[in-house]
Amino acid sequence: MKYTLRVWRQTGPTATGSLVEYEVDDVTPDMSFLEMLDVLNERLQLAGDAPVAFDHDCREGICGACGVMIDGVAHGPGKATTTCQLHMRQFDPARPIVIEPWRAAPFPVVRDLVVDRSALDRVIEAGGYISTRTGAAPDAHALPVAKPDADTAFEAAACIGCGACVAACPNGSSMLFTAAKTTHLGALPQGQPERFTRARTMVETQDDLGFGGCTLTGECTAVCPKGIPLSTIARLNHDVLTAAMRGD
Amino acid sequence: MSYREGDPIADTRAPAGPLETRWERRRFAARLVNPANRRKLTVVVVGTGLAGGSAAATLGELGYNVLSFCYQDSPRRAHSIAAQGGINAAKNYAGDGDSVHRLFHDTIKGGDFRSRESNVHRLAEVSTSIIDQCVAQGVPFAREYGGLLDTRSFGGAQVSRTFYARGQTGQQLLLGAYQALARQIHAGTVRSHPRTEMLDLVVADGRARGVVVRDLVTGEISTHLADAVVLATGGYGNVFHLSTNAKGCNTTAIWRAHKRGALFANPCYTQIHPTCIPVSGDHQSKLTLMSESLRNDGRVWVPVQAGDDRPPNRIPEDERDYYLERMYPSFGNLVPRDIASRAAKAVCDAGRGVGPGGLGVYLDFADAIERLGRASVAARYGNLFEMYQRITDEDPYQVPMRIYPAVHYTMGGLWVDYDLRATIPGLFVIGEANFSDHGANRLGASALMQGLADGYFVLPAVIGDYLADGPFGPVGADAVSEAESAVRDLVTTLLSIDGDRTPESFHRELGRLMWDLCGMERSEEGLHKALDRIPSLREEFWRRVKVTGSGAELNQALEKAGRVADFLELAELMCVDALHRTESCGGHFRVESQTADGDARRDDDHFAYVAAWEFTGVGEPPVLHHEHLRFEAVRPTVRSYK
Ligand SMILES: Cc1cc2nc3c(=O)[nH]c(=O)nc-3n(C[C@H](O)[C@H](O)[C@H](O)COP(=O)(O)OP(=O)(O)OC[C@H]3O[C@@H](n4cnc5c(N)ncnc54)[C@H](O)[C@@H]3O)c2cc1C
Ligand code: SF4
Ligand code: FES
Repeated sequence: MKYTLRVWRQTGPTATGSLVEYEVDDVTPDMSFLEMLDVLNERLQLAGDAPVAFDHDCREGICGACGVMIDGVAHGPGKATTTCQLHMRQFDPARPIVIEPWRAAPFPVVRDLVVDRSALDRVIEAGGYISTRTGAAPDAHALPVAKPDADTAFEAAACIGCGACVAACPNGSSMLFTAAKTTHLGALPQGQPERFTRARTMVETQDDLGFGGCTLTGECTAVCPKGIPLSTIARLNHDVLTAAMRGD
Repeated sequence: MSYREGDPIADTRAPAGPLETRWERRRFAARLVNPANRRKLTVVVVGTGLAGGSAAATLGELGYNVLSFCYQDSPRRAHSIAAQGGINAAKNYAGDGDSVHRLFHDTIKGGDFRSRESNVHRLAEVSTSIIDQCVAQGVPFAREYGGLLDTRSFGGAQVSRTFYARGQTGQQLLLGAYQALARQIHAGTVRSHPRTEMLDLVVADGRARGVVVRDLVTGEISTHLADAVVLATGGYGNVFHLSTNAKGCNTTAIWRAHKRGALFANPCYTQIHPTCIPVSGDHQSKLTLMSESLRNDGRVWVPVQAGDDRPPNRIPEDERDYYLERMYPSFGNLVPRDIASRAAKAVCDAGRGVGPGGLGVYLDFADAIERLGRASVAARYGNLFEMYQRITDEDPYQVPMRIYPAVHYTMGGLWVDYDLRATIPGLFVIGEANFSDHGANRLGASALMQGLADGYFVLPAVIGDYLADGPFGPVGADAVSEAESAVRDLVTTLLSIDGDRTPESFHRELGRLMWDLCGMERSEEGLHKALDRIPSLREEFWRRVKVTGSGAELNQALEKAGRVADFLELAELMCVDALHRTESCGGHFRVESQTADGDARRDDDHFAYVAAWEFTGVGEPPVLHHEHLRFEAVRPTVRSYK
């Protein structure tokens, strides 16, 4: 099969970019989307051109490295899927595929499809943890956790930090990402002591970093590869309000 | 290529005396560093996986000045994130007779009597603290309805000692370590350098004193000096090109440290996992692991007749060969990884494999669905079936899965003593990057345990004994400029060859060669062939590789080329090691050393040692140093799964 691609090419953070059209031959339905880009890149290199830069590592939907806009949708077609989990059989060869990087003010483009998502690390550094020291922990069974709480925590902890939620949000908000972490930790008894300050400092930090405000459009959860639910945002908002009321 | 014999390794720094108290005594004897002095001591930690992330966070908590590096854009993305199954710990929460001693015993036996008793015992002891630590951090392990932690039995273990978080144990443990690291970054004790690749080790006055790195965004090459360097850079399974490892996993950090003098131990010990999704074509870029748990209910078979290409559902029962059940009646489909892998290769080599290229065997759930009902099978394996279907476009409820073995883990790595010190003073190696605890074969769910044991508990307890002599003063400008210019020259050379083959094409060719000649089965003839071909492939690489772009920008082709260059050197040492070890043990199977039934034949009289190799130059015969293994607590026996 043969596909036509329109790929965003940009040589560096300050360069101006544009969509460049490529044709890729010999694509098989079993190929993953990224393997299709590999094929393109091999060809570009042999022709002496720079390959298309894109982030990826695990190629099985868990590291959160990959992520591009495909025809305007973060992580492309397919529900609850990362870019690396797409296969070419999901694409119609008759239609060109438009591939662009995440677009959000706090995610500057580094090169081609690679963006700088380190702002998400800053949000976690602001409080996305439980303050405990190595070696100071009590026996793991000293603190039972009710199964529903454990399940809520787990569901939220599945976030892979890919940033698709930010890219999809019309406001460029990172609320779903932040809420996933505050829900994970805030649902557990271990996370209670810092629950409200954590919510407050993480939200303040994301605002300072230039992420937009959340207006609950729900675009984030629609593209989230891990199906992080919108209810986490309600929980986060509640915790932030409580922090304000308690003066935490 | 041959090799030379060197002096045996005299001291492993393991305390003598009763096994049970060695770690306690070592910890007590280790000198401490005064808290006020710790921030004057800089420690470089390369790698942010379970080993490096936990080490950097803990050293930061202790007050050392820590510099942390990884090649991904965030420390949270290290390859550890992909581990699925679980983590072992001798908690005995299931009350089924587990204990530190039993975990120790199972690990020694699982490693086919090629690991060091002292280290393995310590690993088993420390395992219980890991679970406490992770729970305190908020790692959402699976729980029972009563709120207590759930465990399961994994990889043929007879006790339920594996803790898990659905199929995402590695992710949840890594996020715990990453969050602890983030806390220290926020506190200012750790400085994080993502998208930065270590390309050389700085050795000055006989000590490891820092690293030369390349900023992967700007291309800038710089040096970070330190009082100690910790390598936590993971395994080298990608020498085979196709493996279950993440695409970026590489050997560069440990290989370049090896070239600077660190001994490399047991490079030929690699683990092949039996249940992976088969290769679908030449474009294949990596392989996906399907959890081992599938073998609990799935039945493995191939057609009796070679070349039988009927769809599986049309092959009648009596024309199917459930070969594992036939060959190993007592363990059946649950035989250990290496046995299941080799058996699959044997039936495929006999022309009975299924699927494209005949490189696959069926893993059939029809009986399980009939016995348990579709709903129960879905409850157990639903997410795995879904993943399989997504990749192959086949529905495992209707058609048997196709699986094939794939490279998964490397037991070999840089040699370290009991204190995790490599042979260069000041260089410490932890996690999959070292060789220490798994002998010739790693048990399922034990890599995560080892990574976190090393990073949270072992390294922080012993590194002070080395650092107590520091700070080590200024580093001579010569050592730095020599290492930096070596890196610059390498980058310049790679960019200037301007040949006609991509780095990827060399990687693919090397991988195929290694898989065929130094993979699941190794023979003298095949290894000689490999040792013939690797140097010429390497020569061709340096003549024909084409790397576009420049060194002063994000250049993924350049990154790849540097990694492939190192794999091309490591591959040769792996083959030398495999050739010299004429016994079969664990993940290393020599066709010449098998029983009449085709089982591995170990040779304790000649090979009860760790092979630690010294680098003498590219293409030059390496020097072999023996570390003799002594078994005091467990007597070597022959594994049997008949
Ligand atoms: C698919 C899969 C499933 C697995 N499942 C299990 C399981 O269920 N249970 C279990 O116990 N084990 C499992 N394993 C094995 C286990 O995941 C690994 O052995 C373990 O996570 C390795 O951890 P690590 O910290 O040593 O290295 P890694 O997690 O590989 O981390 C390496 C780090 O080093 C960095 N790095 C590497 N080279 C450089 C360089 N040159 N410069 C800078 N940084 C560098 C990387 O950026 C990364 O941060 C699995 C492995 C695979 C592949
Ligand atoms: S919430 Fe979902 S979309 Fe956002 S970073 Fe996490 S996994 Fe990605
Ligand atoms: S490459 Fe890891 S999630 Fe896609």
